[in-house]
Amino acid sequence: MDFSLNFAPLAPYWPVFLLGAWLTLKMTTVAIIVGVAVGTLIAFLKRSNHRWISQACSVYIEAVRNTPFLVQIFLLYFGLASLGIHMPTFAAAVLAMIINIAAYAAEIIRAGLESVPRGQIEAAECLGLSRWRIAWHVMLQPSIERVYPALTSQFLLMMQASAMASQISAEELTAIANTVQSDTFRSLETYIVVACMYLALSLLVKLLAWGCGEYLFKRRRVIRRATMEAARRRVPSTSPYQPKTAAKAANSGSTS
Amino acid sequence: MIGSFSWQHFFYLVQSIWWTLVLSGLAFLLGSIGGFAVLLARISPRRWLWMPTLIYIECVQGIPLLILLFIVYYGLSVYGFALPALVAAGLAMMVYTSAYLGDIWRGCVEAMPRPQWEAAECLSLTRWQTLRLVIIPQALRLSLPPTVGFMVQVIKMTSLASVIGFIELTRAGQIINNSIFQPFLIFSLVGAFYFVLCYPLSRWSQSMEKKLNVSNR
Repeated sequence: MDFSLNFAPLAPYWPVFLLGAWLTLKMTTVAIIVGVAVGTLIAFLKRSNHRWISQACSVYIEAVRNTPFLVQIFLLYFGLASLGIHMPTFAAAVLAMIINIAAYAAEIIRAGLESVPRGQIEAAECLGLSRWRIAWHVMLQPSIERVYPALTSQFLLMMQASAMASQISAEELTAIANTVQSDTFRSLETYIVVACMYLALSLLVKLLAWGCGEYLFKRRRVIRRATMEAARRRVPSTSPYQPKTAAKAANSGSTS
Repeated sequence: MIGSFSWQHFFYLVQSIWWTLVLSGLAFLLGSIGGFAVLLARISPRRWLWMPTLIYIECVQGIPLLILLFIVYYGLSVYGFALPALVAAGLAMMVYTSAYLGDIWRGCVEAMPRPQWEAAECLSLTRWQTLRLVIIPQALRLSLPPTVGFMVQVIKMTSLASVIGFIELTRAGQIINNSIFQPFLIFSLVGAFYFVLCYPLSRWSQSMEKKLNVSNR
């Protein structure tokens, strides 16, 4: 059987593809921002002293993390519709993504919060900082900085999971690919193009996450600048750890 | 005619769990073989070997599994291989799993202290001997928790095979839902079944991780 890849019929559809990529990006961004906020809240609630609250949080986290995203979307969209709550597909998809990412983010941030040494919190209490300021400056900021790589890779996975929203025909890149391929009958080519677009999107998300990290974590920037400064200052002078230059310096010192 | 949910439906769902497990097992088995190859290629000192592997890992990790499934399913069918959905799903998941597992295992191998390699070299072990006798047995212990954790991901990912018509748990749920329209009940049940499959594995992974961390605390 003869078959060759032919991308030409897809050429007129490029604005549609771009629209799809934009929709996916928009969906992911909204879900990430809201989801991380909710996740942070849940991470703090899980540490609360009330047994009921912390247990409810663990149940939520475990339930979301141990069931497939596809089933969650179906439950949210079809299930709620059968109970009389109708919502547009886009809203349902974003809501499902928020619920999903909030659980994962909560687990990641909780790990970060637990890595804050007890002594630091006690020190902050001794300095008379209020509870909110301890939570914000001493606990949350450093722990987010520490778990930021894990969060970033979770964001990437979320961006890819958004492809599943096409199953409830929410408008995004994969759903658009499905319509395009049923228009053109060029299924393989369409999905190859879409795969490339997802690759580009994940590069973009990585880049954005890196940029945000650079902007948000002032400490990291300051430390890097300081080490660079220190390295530059150290170069002309001789240190005892550079035996060759040290020996040369000693030699020249003795002869002159 | 719209009936109500009966035991027959329930047993249909329970039966379909088997196919979810088959697909997960297949994906994990093929994926770990592929992942091992990816690992070996990735840690190789030869540039022409690790560079393409790095690109492979980055590419696969940047593409959603759904799209991979479509590419494998449609891609092979246009070339004249009319594959059963199980094979197509298994192949796509193998590609996906191999990239992730390869990357996880590479992390574990690279976490082995450098002196281990050097000592093996001093004993004049070959590279393969070093890996087989020194590095892998130690890295295995380290890699067990994330690997089991990834197994949970694999089980959850098999739900995507429903899209290309492979009848597993999610697809069975959809089929029942199409005949008796009770989505809330059915998808809750499907979710509960997945939870029963995944939760013990997650707990196992977590407890192993805790055990490993004892020395660090």
